[in-house]
Amino acid sequence: MANPVSDPSRATVQTAAAHPQPRLAVRFPGLVRRLPWLVLAVLALFPLLAPLGGLEYYVGFVRRLLIVAIAAASLNFILGYGGMAALGHAGFVGVGAYTVVALVDAGFSSAWLAWGAALLAAGLCAALIGAVSLRTRGVYFIMITLAFAQMLYYLAVSLRTYGGDDGYGLYTPLAMGAWLDGAHPDVFYWVVLGIAALVFAAFGRVAHSRFGYALRGIRDNETRMAALGYPVYRLKLAGFAAAGAVAGLAGGLLASHNAFVSPAIMHWTQSALLLVMVMLGGLGRRWGAPLGVALWLTLEEMLKLYTDYWHWPLGLLLLLVVFRAPQGLAALFERRDGHGGAR
Amino acid sequence: MDAIFVFEQLLNGLGYGLMLFLIAAGLTLVFGIMDTMNLAHGSLYMAGAYVAARVHEASASFALAVLVAVLVTVAVAALLEVLVVRHLYRRDHLVQVLATFGIILIADDAVKAIWGVAPLMASTPAALAGPVQLIDGLPYPAYRLLLIGAGLLVALGLYLLVSRTRVGMLVRAGASNRQMAEYMGVRVGGVFAFVFALGAALAALAGALMAPISAVQIGMGEAILIPALVVIVIGGIGSIRGAFVAALLVGLVDTAGRAFLPPALRAVLPPSVAADLGPALAGIAMYVLMAAVLTLKPAGLFPARA
Amino acid sequence: MPSMNKIAAALALCCAATAHADTIKVGIALDISGPFSALGAEARDGFELAIEKLGGQLGGQPAEFLRTDFGGSPEQANQLVSRYLQRDKISFFTGPIGSNAALAVGPALFAAKVPYLSSNPGPSVYAGDKCNPYFFAQYQNDTYDEAAGKVANEKGYKNVVLIAPNYPAGKDHLNGFKRLYAGAVKDEIYTRLGQIDYAAEIAQIRAARPDAVFFFLPGAMGINFVKQYVGGGLKDIPLIAPGFSADEDVIQAVGEPMIGVLNTAHWTHDLDLPANAEFVAAFRKKYDGRYPSVYAAMAYDTLMAMDAAVRDAGGKVQDREAVLKALRNPSFQSVRGEFRYGANNYPVQNYYLREVGKDADGRLTNKLVGITLEQHQDAYVGACKM
Repeated sequence: MANPVSDPSRATVQTAAAHPQPRLAVRFPGLVRRLPWLVLAVLALFPLLAPLGGLEYYVGFVRRLLIVAIAAASLNFILGYGGMAALGHAGFVGVGAYTVVALVDAGFSSAWLAWGAALLAAGLCAALIGAVSLRTRGVYFIMITLAFAQMLYYLAVSLRTYGGDDGYGLYTPLAMGAWLDGAHPDVFYWVVLGIAALVFAAFGRVAHSRFGYALRGIRDNETRMAALGYPVYRLKLAGFAAAGAVAGLAGGLLASHNAFVSPAIMHWTQSALLLVMVMLGGLGRRWGAPLGVALWLTLEEMLKLYTDYWHWPLGLLLLLVVFRAPQGLAALFERRDGHGGAR
Repeated sequence: MDAIFVFEQLLNGLGYGLMLFLIAAGLTLVFGIMDTMNLAHGSLYMAGAYVAARVHEASASFALAVLVAVLVTVAVAALLEVLVVRHLYRRDHLVQVLATFGIILIADDAVKAIWGVAPLMASTPAALAGPVQLIDGLPYPAYRLLLIGAGLLVALGLYLLVSRTRVGMLVRAGASNRQMAEYMGVRVGGVFAFVFALGAALAALAGALMAPISAVQIGMGEAILIPALVVIVIGGIGSIRGAFVAALLVGLVDTAGRAFLPPALRAVLPPSVAADLGPALAGIAMYVLMAAVLTLKPAGLFPARA
Repeated sequence: MPSMNKIAAALALCCAATAHADTIKVGIALDISGPFSALGAEARDGFELAIEKLGGQLGGQPAEFLRTDFGGSPEQANQLVSRYLQRDKISFFTGPIGSNAALAVGPALFAAKVPYLSSNPGPSVYAGDKCNPYFFAQYQNDTYDEAAGKVANEKGYKNVVLIAPNYPAGKDHLNGFKRLYAGAVKDEIYTRLGQIDYAAEIAQIRAARPDAVFFFLPGAMGINFVKQYVGGGLKDIPLIAPGFSADEDVIQAVGEPMIGVLNTAHWTHDLDLPANAEFVAAFRKKYDGRYPSVYAAMAYDTLMAMDAAVRDAGGKVQDREAVLKALRNPSFQSVRGEFRYGANNYPVQNYYLREVGKDADGRLTNKLVGITLEQHQDAYVGACKM
C-alpha cells in the first residue's frame, strides 16, 4: 500500500536526479539574480504599455493579483517559514477591509490613514486570536483559526451599519495626498505595486534574519528550539500577528480596489483558496505566493470565459500539483539552482 | 416557558447532535485513524443524498434508496481511495487539504453535469411524514425519531466494532501508533482501505437520511462539513466517543442558543440591542464553544493519541 | 524584452478580433455556481430563450450577448464588470441574482454610463438615496413582502410569527411585511445564514400558536424550513412568503409539503396576457415542460426591454440620453402586463397572490389567486433625488 516507491514526492525527486537538466542559475547566474527587478520593471511599465494593445482591463486585473499576492505572501510567511497552518487568514483580510469601511463611514478619506489603520487593526486582531490559537497544534490549529474566522464572518454578516451580507459600497475613492491622484486607476496601480514590492522585500529580509531562522527552527523542531532557550510561543505569536497585519493591509487595498466590501471576502472558502494558492506556488519559497496567485487567478479568469464548468480543471490542477510537483511551482524553477529555496 | 417546551428543545438539540454525529463519525474515523484530512467527506455525503433522492423517487422505496446510496458511494469512494487518497496517507495535512479540496471542485462540477444545478426533490417516506404524539401536548416529527434512532445505532455499532472486534483492535492500534502497529505486522494499508470505505458508507448514510429534511443541492457537503469538523475537533480527533459527546454538546449548545438566548437577552437588555445581539450570538455559539474547549484542552475533550 | 512584446501582440490580436463596429454588446453576469446557482440557471434559461427569439439581435442590429459565470461572489462580479466595461465595451449590463452583487457592480457601471437593467434584485439603496438614472429594476425587494402583509390582512390573520435569516436583507423583508400588515406580530425569529436544522424555531412557532407564519428564507434555507415545518405537524398553521421563498426551484425541491403556501409576486406563469402566454409556451417547449420562475421570466423581459429601447433610440446605442429615454418609456409588451417606471426607475405595477397547488397534469406549481396590490409603488421613492 503506502510503500516508499508509491510515494510520489520521492519519485519525483528521483526522476529529477536521474535526468540532470541544464540549470538555469548555473548558465545565467545574473539573469536569475536580476529577475525580480526585471519583473518589477515590466510591471511598473505595464499601465503605460497596456493602452497600446487595448489591454487597459488587465491593469486592474494585475492590480488585484498583486493585492491577493500580498495576502498570500503573509500566509506563506507563517505557513512556509513558521509551520503555522492557518485556515482563517481571509478573516484578517476582512478585518482590514472593514476597518477601511468603518473609517470611510465615519467620514475619513485619507487612503494612508485607512490602510495604516487596516494594518494595525488586523495585526491586533491576529495577536489576540493567535494568543489563544497558538496553544494548539496541527489540525487543531487549522480548526481553531477557522473557528475565529467564522466568528468574524458572522459578525460582518450581521453588522447592519455596514450593510451586512449586502456589503458596503465605497462611492468616492480614498485620497492619497496632494501628490497622487487617488481616483486615477494607474496611480493606484503603482501605489499597490510599490506596497507589494516593499512587502516582498521585507518578507525576503525577515526570512534571512535571526527571527526568520528562529521561525524555521521552530517549524522543524519546536522542542529543540525551546530547549535552546528561544521564546517559542512569543516568536510564533509575533510572526502570526505580523502576517495578520499584512493580510489586513491587503484587505484595505482590496476594499479600495473593489470600491466595495462584503462578508464574502472572509468566507472560509476564501481562506482555503489562499492556502491553495500558496501551496500551489510553493510553501516557504520566496516567490511561491505570487506565482501561485498569478497562476490560479489567471486560470480562473480564462476558464470562465469558455465554460460554465470551470471548477474541475482547477481541481485537477491541484491533484497534479500534489502528485507531480509537491514542492509547488516555485520549486520547479528553484530546484535547478542547486540549493533549492528555503526548504 | 413551560417544562414541555424546554424538554422539546432539549430533544431537538439531541436530534441535531445525532445528525451531526452521523456525519462526524465517518470523518473522525478517517481523520483520526488514517491521519488524513479528507475535506471531500462532504462530497461523499452529497453523493449519498443525490443517489438516495433519485432512487427513492424512481423506486418509491426509501430503504432501497438508502441501501443503493451507500453501495454507490462506497464504490465511488473505493475508486477515490485507489486513485488519490491512498497516496496521501503519508503526506502532510496541508497536502491532503489541497488534494481533497481539488476533489471537492471536481465533485461539484460532476454533480452539476449529471443532475443539473436545481435542487433535487427528496421526499420523506410517507409513513414517517407526519408527527407522532410523544407525550400529550408534544407532537414530534416521526422522521426525526428515525434519525435519532439511526444516530444511536451507528454510535453503538461503532463502539462495538472498535472495542470488541479484531478489526477494531487493528484500527485502534493504527490510530494510536501507526508505526508500531506496522512493526507488529499489521497490514495498515488494508485496514486503511477498510476504514475509508466505512467512513464513506457513514457519509452516504448521513446524506441519504438527511436528504428528506434538507436541501439536496450542490454545496450541501461544504455546508455540513464545517459543523462536522467542529464536532470532531471538540471531541478530539480520532475518538468515536469524543465525536459522540461533542456532537451532542454542539447540538444542545446550538439549539439552546437559538431557542433560549434571544428571549433571555430580551429580558435583561434594551429591545433594540437584544434584537441585534441575540441572533448574532446564537449564530456563533458553536464556534465559541469550540474556541473555549480548545483553549482549555488543546487536543479536544478525548484525545485519541496519548 | 522580446517575450513581453510577443505576449502583448498576441493579446492585442485576440482582443482586436472581438471588436466589431456595429455589434451591440450586452454583458450578462450569471450565477451558475455559488449560493444562487439554481436561480442563476433559471435566469440563464430565460436569457437564452430571449436571445433565440430576438435572433441574436437587439432592435434589428447585430448583438453579442456575453454570458459569464461569476460564482455568486460580489468581488468576482466586480472583476467581471471591469472586464465587460474595459475590454468588451458593453452597452448594457444585466444578470446577477443577489443584491450584494448588484450593489458591488453598480458604481462602476454608473460611472461608465452603462445602463444596468437588473433582471432580479431591486435593493432599497438604489431605490432611495443612491438611486441612479442608469439603474432599472424589476421590483423593489420589499414590495413582495408588502403585498404579503396585505394578504395577511385580507385573510384575517390577527397574529403572525415572522422568520428570516439574521442579516440586513432579512430584516428589510420583515419590515416590508410589517409596513402594510395591520395585525400583531407575536414573534420575530432570526436564524443563522445557511442554517440546516430548524427544529428549535419550529418549536418556538408551535408554542406561539400564531394564525400564520411569514417566512423569508431564500434558497436552501427555505427548502430545509418547509420540509421540517410540515414534518413537525404545523401543516395547519398557514405559511405566507414573498415569491422568492416559494418559486419553482423551491416547489420542485420540497414537493407535496409546499401545497397551500401563499406567496406574492409581480408575475405568475398563468397571467392571462398574450405576451406571457407566448413566453410560457416557448419556455415549456424548450425546457421539457417545466414552468418558468420569476427569475426566468424577468431575464426574458429584460432582453425584450433592451430590444425595444435600441429600436426606439433609432439604433444609436452610443447616444446614452436617447437610450435612457427609451428605457424609461418601455414600448414592449412585458410578460407582467402594464407597468411604468417611478421617479427612481423602479416599476409601478401590480402584485399578485399565488398559491402552490397542482396544475391539470398533476404538476406542482404556483397558481394565480388574484391581484393584491394594484399599480403599487415602492416605499423608498421619496428619498430618491434624480
